[in-house]
Amino acid sequence: MELKEKILSSYVAFENGVNINSDLHEIRTEALQNFEKLGFPTKKLEAWKYTSLNSILKEDYSIFPDRDAAVELADVKKYFIHEIDSYKIIFVDGKYSSFLSNTTHDGKDICLLSAAFSKEKYKPIVEKYFNKIAKQDNLTSLNTAFATEGAFIHIPKNVEVEKPIQIINFTTGKENATMLQPRNLIVVEKNAHVQIIERHQNLNNNAVLTNSVTEIYTDTHATVDYYKIQNDNNSASLVDNTYIEQQKESTCSLHTFSFGGNITRNNLNFYQKGEHINSILKGITIIEGKQHVDHHTLVNHIEPNCESHQDYKGIYADRSTGVFNGKVIVEKEAQKTNAYQQNNNVLISDKATVNAKPQLEIFADDVKCSHGCTIGQLDDQALFYMQQRGIPKKEANALLMYAFANTVLESVKIPEVKKRITKLIADKLGVNIGFDL
Amino acid sequence: MSKYTEDDLREELKTKEYEYGFYTDIESDKFPNGVNEEIVRAISKKKNEPEWMTEWRLEAFRIWEQMEEPEWANVTYKKPNFQEISYYSAPKKKPKLNSLDEVDPELLATFEKLGISLEEQKKLANVAVDIVMDSVSVATTFKETLAEKGIIFMPISEAIQEHPELVKKYIGSVVPKTDNFYAALNSAVFSDGSFCYIPKGVRCPMELSTYFRINEGGTGQFERTLVIADEGSYVSYLEGCTAPQRDENQLHAAVVELIALDDAEIKYSTVQNWFPGDSEGKGGVFNFVTKRGLCETNAKISWTQVETGSAITWKYPSCILKGNNSVGEFYSIAVTNNHQQADTGTKMIHLGKNTKSTIISKGISAGKSQNSYRGLVQINARAENARNFSQCDSLLMGNECGAHTFPYIEAKNKSAQIEHEATTSKIGEDQLFYCNQRGIDTEKAIALIVNGFSKEVLNKLPMEFAVEAQKLLEISLEGSVG
Repeated sequence: MELKEKILSSYVAFENGVNINSDLHEIRTEALQNFEKLGFPTKKLEAWKYTSLNSILKEDYSIFPDRDAAVELADVKKYFIHEIDSYKIIFVDGKYSSFLSNTTHDGKDICLLSAAFSKEKYKPIVEKYFNKIAKQDNLTSLNTAFATEGAFIHIPKNVEVEKPIQIINFTTGKENATMLQPRNLIVVEKNAHVQIIERHQNLNNNAVLTNSVTEIYTDTHATVDYYKIQNDNNSASLVDNTYIEQQKESTCSLHTFSFGGNITRNNLNFYQKGEHINSILKGITIIEGKQHVDHHTLVNHIEPNCESHQDYKGIYADRSTGVFNGKVIVEKEAQKTNAYQQNNNVLISDKATVNAKPQLEIFADDVKCSHGCTIGQLDDQALFYMQQRGIPKKEANALLMYAFANTVLESVKIPEVKKRITKLIADKLGVNIGFDL
Repeated sequence: MSKYTEDDLREELKTKEYEYGFYTDIESDKFPNGVNEEIVRAISKKKNEPEWMTEWRLEAFRIWEQMEEPEWANVTYKKPNFQEISYYSAPKKKPKLNSLDEVDPELLATFEKLGISLEEQKKLANVAVDIVMDSVSVATTFKETLAEKGIIFMPISEAIQEHPELVKKYIGSVVPKTDNFYAALNSAVFSDGSFCYIPKGVRCPMELSTYFRINEGGTGQFERTLVIADEGSYVSYLEGCTAPQRDENQLHAAVVELIALDDAEIKYSTVQNWFPGDSEGKGGVFNFVTKRGLCETNAKISWTQVETGSAITWKYPSCILKGNNSVGEFYSIAVTNNHQQADTGTKMIHLGKNTKSTIISKGISAGKSQNSYRGLVQINARAENARNFSQCDSLLMGNECGAHTFPYIEAKNKSAQIEHEATTSKIGEDQLFYCNQRGIDTEKAIALIVNGFSKEVLNKLPMEFAVEAQKLLEISLEGSVG
């Protein structure tokens, strides 16, 4: 059976497990109809021109993974940023793991979406925010239809969350291929401040397809600092849809580190709904083998006097393929916008491919918009210089690549995350140097 | 052209609606509206074409029937009804003349209004002009001078008769019939166009040029141009267009194919000033053009275009860099005003080793217009050491217009070096103030700044064209201050 058919037919079974007499269920049913109409994206769609999901849609995914999966802390500890104290919202096969997690309701809510759905006191927030900025496109609709669990983070005004929050989705799927639909809702109210680290990790070699949707609302003067660490194994694929709405004077920065996975597609959408907003989108991609990473970004400048900064660096080895599709829209009203977009790529193998499409759509005249995109190689002279001074070629190469990617790392605000990423880069490049020379 | 002064411009700006919007009444031999196999056969028969050409057209027509009109471009318009267009119209008196004296005086008057005095051009500009008026060439100059060097420059309809082996070999080799909707339509019904062949090692001594003109109301113009530069040759080709003012939309779907064989160089310059529609956006030409060049080893193709006209422009002059060390260049200025929409750019396909391409695109949008750059740079796996530099700058005038860039960059070779940059800006108030202070009025100041912004591209045009283009830019942006 085709995956789409299988998903559609399993909705009836899904309805048995949820409350079908709620507003939420109406949203779900509508989303399912939308998915039924649109189906999975194909390369014929402009937005999916360079990324084909065909190879991963062939798997016979189980849509409702086994409930009883359990993991030992010792097995998964290495996937946490464990050097620091943090709140943790951990899911195993799409189900909440209270044993691994550390949540709170003390002055703020760092808990579960299922709890927010079921408890009366969260109803106004869910009604106001859930599924409001998420696009009604194919995969987001699929997620909306089936999503029952994910992180729910609500930070009231003037609260600065004292430690980072880690959201990790583990997959054990011991017996078969697993499809997951995690859904996160993050509401950060006026003047609040939060740091979040998100990760998806497959723990065995069975196929996993994660179709994740995250909605983030950043109210006036709030600050959100978000890190996505994508270093999954080669049997895991990820479609990560993130929607961010910002109100005036807010700052949201989002770093995506893509070092692994089979096919990774990041749909990152920023909507600026006030003045003096700053949006920062950065990413480092270092992949090899047949890995595929696609960064699809959208920054929609709706109001005047806002800024956006994009900086994506990519290093591609073996037969890997990278895609960068960055779109900046400056609406008629958004005068004095300052939008900047940079995408630099290095190919280190003859078989690697990069497809870039930096796109600008500008309807206002008094704006500063620029984009730059390069594809090239490491500087031979710099390599030679280092080799002359006794640095082996491999290390010299790694140093150059690290320097190349460093503009993205510079703005990482959590030192432990920076350290972890640095280590991941070193591992990825097969060297044993700390880069903190 | 060269005696054009500021006073003239001021006068012109005052009186300007669409300067070249006149209509010459020449009795036309016109086909009934619509297109079908019969019409295609009839066009072919009318032109006395050999059997293979008729078949080629019919094949293209069958392909076209299967195709759908593309919708991906960033333009909106009412699609033309292809059955309401007459696909052939030719001036009835068909003069085939060697001297101008024999030409219909009414035609000559038309050309004078257009500013192409044949006499003058013959003497002063050293330009051979192959004038296409309503699809059939009526006058060809300098043919004999060119013939001495073995250069063939004639209407394609004659070339089909006289040099069938060349036409047969190259037509459709760069833009196949199946390429796209409009190219297929053009292949089926093309009326006429220019054919040019430069023999081995010959440097064409003069700029070759054609003036296209849409004349008969409701007649679609389907030009077909084929330029072949044989090994080691050089040619510079100019194309310029003006069209009469008309209330209904006119369709223009041309195909231009360039073939630069080993060590050859082709420079193709266009000034396009089709009727853009009036200030309400009514009327105006739909310009759906397929232009593509093929470079063999060490060959070079350079496209330069100044696009100021047309209601809708849909045009991507491209280079296929097939041979090693071949070079492709694209220099473009696209100006849109009022309700014009332009979706234009280029494709650089790098196949050979050490291939280089340069893209400089300047977009200027004013009024309520939309101006898009759409480009592709593709480095194939075997294209070692390919190099590309792209620069797309947009200038916005007023907050009702839009400027867009859609660059596609695809690299499959690690030795490729690609740089792309784009900026968007507006004319600074301080710049205008500076000019005003020095007694330059705002309109002139804008013209000055726009010319500075476009200079890199204007410099690439042949001298006579550059003057004309500069003038066109000023006229096109008239009334857009604010």
